[in-house]
Amino acid sequence: MNDVATYALRLGDDALIMAQRLSEWSSNAPEIEEDIALTNIALDLLGQARTLLTYAGAPDGRTEDDLAYLRGEREFVNCQLVEQPCGDFAVTITRQLFFATYQLALYERLIDSVDDTLAGVAAKAAKEAAYHRDHATGWTMRLGDGTDESHRRMQAALERMWPHIHELFESDELVRGLSGRGVAVDPPSLRPEWSAYVGGILAEATLARPEDGWAPSGGRRGLHSEHFGYLLAEMQHLNRSHPGASW
Amino acid sequence: MTADADADAARRAWPLWEVFVRSRRGLTHNHVGSLHAPDAQLALRNARDVYTRRQEGVSIWVVPAAQITASSPDEKDPFFAPAADKIYRYPTFYDIPDGVQHL
Repeated sequence: MNDVATYALRLGDDALIMAQRLSEWSSNAPEIEEDIALTNIALDLLGQARTLLTYAGAPDGRTEDDLAYLRGEREFVNCQLVEQPCGDFAVTITRQLFFATYQLALYERLIDSVDDTLAGVAAKAAKEAAYHRDHATGWTMRLGDGTDESHRRMQAALERMWPHIHELFESDELVRGLSGRGVAVDPPSLRPEWSAYVGGILAEATLARPEDGWAPSGGRRGLHSEHFGYLLAEMQHLNRSHPGASW
Repeated sequence: MTADADADAARRAWPLWEVFVRSRRGLTHNHVGSLHAPDAQLALRNARDVYTRRQEGVSIWVVPAAQITASSPDEKDPFFAPAADKIYRYPTFYDIPDGVQHL
């Protein structure tokens, strides 16, 4: 797999796994309106994943389905944030705030990529990410500055998800090389914007920014948390049990 | 209180909103349905997700359902029946004079 394909696979895996996690809320959200909102976001992300996985697989003759359904855990290169369990609604919203803010900053820069496919995906996805961030922001405000119980849960969710943000802004030789050629965006460059936005929202929502500490990493190299295997089992079992099954 | 009763209570706490959407080529906002939301901003976002998934609109209004005053079915006759025999309110009541073209 060439470098551009690997980069596309990272972006695609982030979107795919986030979509899979969010769709767990289907029929389970606190209100039917919220059920639809979360699954709409999941569908946006699935759309991004399809384009990116198709692009990533093309050089090796692999389809989007080959990549989504027939890779093992160690072959996925998504960040660990997106594979974290949904938890309660506060955890889901926190994860979404962190991820959408990251995605929006990323895609707004990737629009200028010299790679036409990546630039095209970014142009469409930036609009979607702007809405996802807006949705998560609205709920962060309401839950953080809501009742004692909602505030307590939001603060707990922040503490739980915070360790996973550091990986979003890690760089390596591959992405540095690509960003030098104007293909990719170097993740550390996104951090100031991310911190400013999230910091502002947390302050407004009367929530405390957690301390930096433990910073698990390794998703980009195929190292995942213990939750990931269960997610893949659910996502892949149908295709693996009935190869080639389609609607 | 059971969990279901709790959920019912929470549900009641979210007011009902009526949703109006102006379609791409439409001039007016048309009523498309209703939904529950805790406040106006979230009602707008919920409306976007529930009622404009297929590019149905370019503009959304949400109105608290409680703020709408509606005529009741009991008042149907006093409200609407008297119009029935006032045929001169319809353009078809009037003869078109000879010589008027393009009408």
